[in-house]
Amino acid sequence: MMNKNLKIIAWLAVALLGAFALAGIALNRGESINALWIITAAVCVYALGYRFYSAWIAAKVLVIDETRATPAERLDNGRDFIPTNKWIVFGHHFAAIAGPGPLIGPTLAAQFGYLPGTLWILIGAVLGGAVQDMVILFFSTRRNGRSLGQMARDEIGAVGGTAALIGTFLIMIILIAVLGLVVVNAMKHSPWATSTVAATIPIAMIVGIYMRNIRPGRVLEASIIGVVLLLLSVWGGGWINNHESLRPLFDHDGLPLAFAIIVYGFAAAVLPVWLLLAPRDYLSTFMKLGTILLLAIAIVILRPEIHMPAVTQFVDGTGPIFGGKLFPFVFITIACGAISGFHALIASGTTPKLLMNERDIRMIGYGGMLLESFVAIMAMIAATVLEPGIFFAINSPAGVVGKEAVDAIAKINSWGFAVTVEQMEQLAKDMGETTLFARTGGAPSLAVGMASIFGSAFGKHLLALWYHFAIMFEAIFILTTLDAGTRVGRFMLQDMLGNFNKKLGETSYMPSVIFTSSVVVAGWGYFLYIGVIDPNGGVNILWPLFGIANQMLAAIALCVATGILVKSGKLKYAWVTGLPLLWLVVVTTTAAYEKIFSSDIRVGFLAAANDMSAKLYSGALPPEKAAVAPQLIFNQHLDAYLTMFFVVVLWVVIVDMLRLCVRYLSGKQVLKLSEVPHEPSRLVEDWVRD
Amino acid sequence: MLKKLKHVWHIIRRLAGDDAYEQYLKHHAEFHAATVDAPPALSRKEFFKLWQDNKWKGVKRCC
Repeated sequence: MMNKNLKIIAWLAVALLGAFALAGIALNRGESINALWIITAAVCVYALGYRFYSAWIAAKVLVIDETRATPAERLDNGRDFIPTNKWIVFGHHFAAIAGPGPLIGPTLAAQFGYLPGTLWILIGAVLGGAVQDMVILFFSTRRNGRSLGQMARDEIGAVGGTAALIGTFLIMIILIAVLGLVVVNAMKHSPWATSTVAATIPIAMIVGIYMRNIRPGRVLEASIIGVVLLLLSVWGGGWINNHESLRPLFDHDGLPLAFAIIVYGFAAAVLPVWLLLAPRDYLSTFMKLGTILLLAIAIVILRPEIHMPAVTQFVDGTGPIFGGKLFPFVFITIACGAISGFHALIASGTTPKLLMNERDIRMIGYGGMLLESFVAIMAMIAATVLEPGIFFAINSPAGVVGKEAVDAIAKINSWGFAVTVEQMEQLAKDMGETTLFARTGGAPSLAVGMASIFGSAFGKHLLALWYHFAIMFEAIFILTTLDAGTRVGRFMLQDMLGNFNKKLGETSYMPSVIFTSSVVVAGWGYFLYIGVIDPNGGVNILWPLFGIANQMLAAIALCVATGILVKSGKLKYAWVTGLPLLWLVVVTTTAAYEKIFSSDIRVGFLAAANDMSAKLYSGALPPEKAAVAPQLIFNQHLDAYLTMFFVVVLWVVIVDMLRLCVRYLSGKQVLKLSEVPHEPSRLVEDWVRD
Repeated sequence: MLKKLKHVWHIIRRLAGDDAYEQYLKHHAEFHAATVDAPPALSRKEFFKLWQDNKWKGVKRCC
C-alpha cells in the first residue's frame, strides 16, 4: 500500500515537472531559454505517455495476451521467424525506423521558431506516431507478420491494398529524391565533404569483402575496422581540402554531383547486397547510434541556450526555407519524429517475426517511436541553438535572399535577425568550407549546430573536423536509405510487373533487375535533377511533397487499424486510431489543396507554373533561367498532379474503410478478420516452470 | 562487474548479428540434428551468405 502511494506521488511529480517545463518553453517570451527545459518536457511527456496511455491501449484496446504464441514461436525457422529477446528486437526496430527524416524535418521546421515544431513532435508522437507503430505491430503479429499492403487487402479490400502498395512506391521515389538533394547540397563546392562522402563507398566495400570472404560472419570486427576508416576519411578529407592539386578533383557544382549520385544509386541497386548495401548499413547503424548518443551527452553536459525565438514571423507563410503557413505546413514538414507512415512498413515487416511475446509490443512499438521522437527533439535543439541570423543565412536559397552575400545579409537583417558577412565568412572558415550561404536541405545547418555543440563540449579547435564528421554521419545513412530504398522500389516494381509477366517478377532475372532498377532510379533521378536546377532550392518543393506522401501512408495505416478495431467489435475504442487519422486527413488534405491551388507562387504548384510561363513569354527571365524554365514549368504541373493523386488515393482508402465500418455496424457481411487463431505459448509455460 | 560487461558484450554481439552462426548451430542441434536423415549444418561461410541475402529482402530501412 505504502509502495503504491509512493508510486502515485512519483508519477504526480513527473506530471507536474512536465507541465512546468512545457509551460516554461511555451510561455517564455523575449529571453532565450535553456535546451534543458525542452529535454525535461520531452522526457516527462514520453514517460507519462508510455506509462499510462500505451499501457491502457495494450490492456484495454488491443487486449494483449501474454499466453498466446507469437509467429516467431509458432513458425520458428531459425531464419526470419526467430523468437528474440525484447531488447535485441528493440535495437533492430529502432535502427530500422530511425533514418535521416527526424534530423532534417525539425531543422527545416525551425523557421517557424522552436515552439510549434517541438509541440508537434511531442504531441504527435505520444498520441499519433507511437500509437500507429504499436497497433500496426500488434495487428501484424496477430497475422503472422503480414505486411501493411497485405493487411489492407485482407481486411479492407483489394482497393485499399492496391492503394497502399502504390502509395508506398511513390513515397519511396520522392523520399530518395529529396534525400539525394540533401546530400548534393551538403557536398556542393565542398571538396572536404565530397571526398569524405566518396571515401565511404570503398570503405563499405572493404568491410563487405571482409565479412563475406576474409572472416565470414565476423560482423563486429568488420564494423570496427569500417568505423576507424570512416573517422580517418573525415581527417583525410581535410588533408585533400588543403592539397593544391587534389582539391579541384572534388570541387563540383550541384549538377555533376547529382549525376554522380544517380549513377551510384543504380550501381548500388544492381550490385550484390553484400558488397555495398549490407556493409554500409552496418556502418551507418553504428555511426547513427553512436552520434545520437554523443549528441544527447553533449546537450546534457553543455546545456546550450536556444537562440531562435519561440515563434517567428514566418508563421504567416512567408518563410524563406519553404513557403506556407504554420497550419498545415509544420505538420507536413515534420513527419518522421511525430508520425511517420513509413514505420508501419517496418512494424509489419521484420519486427513482428522476431517477437518472443506479445507483451513486448508495447515497448518496441510505442517505445521505439518515442526514442525516434527524442532524436527529432535533439535535431530541433541543434538547429535552434544557432543564432537565427546564421540559421537563415545557411538555409535560405539564393532564389529567395539573393546570390551575393551582401544581398543575403541585408535581406536577413531586414527580417530582424542580426548577422554579418564577416560572421558568416569566419564561420565558413572555422568549419573548413568556402561558404555557408544558401546551403539548403538542413544537413549543413544541422552539422554546424552539432559541430558547435560538440565543439563546446569536447574541444573548440576541432570545429572543422566536427562539422565534416557530422556531414559524413548524415551522408552515410542518407546514402543507406537511398540504396535500400532503390532496392525496395525495385522489388516492389518487380512484384507488380510479375502480375503481367512471370519472368519480370523474378528478382534474380538480370534483364528484369536492370530494367526495374533503371525505372526506379530514373524516377527519383528526375526529381533530384529538377531539385538541383530549381533556383528556389528544390527542398521547397520536394520536402512538402515527401511530407504529404509520408502522412498519407500513415493515414492509410491508421485506416487499416481503425477498420480492424471496428470489425473486432471495439467501436468504442476506435477513436484511439480514429482521432490521429482524422487529424492527418485534415492536415494532408489542406496541405495538398494549398500546394496545388494556392495563389502564392512559393506554395501553389499551378500558380508557380503560371507565373513562370508568364515571365518566360514576356521575356522577363535572364537567359540562364529561361533555358530551364520549360522544364520547371512542366515539373510544377507534374507535382500538382502527383499531389492530387496522393489525395485521391488517401480518400479512396478512407471511403473504403468507412464503407466497411458501416456495413459491419449495420450487420451486413464484411471480410472476415484474418487473425490467426489462438495457440498457447510454450515459452511462457517453460518460463513459469523454471 | 565482469559478468555485467560480459552480458553487455553478449547483447552487442546479438544486436549486430555477430553470433548469428552460433545461434543457427544451436537451432540446428535443437530442431534438426535429431531427425532422421537430417541435413548437415551449414559451414560458417555458407550460413552467412544465406543469412545476409535473406536479411535484405523487403523494407529494412526507412526515413
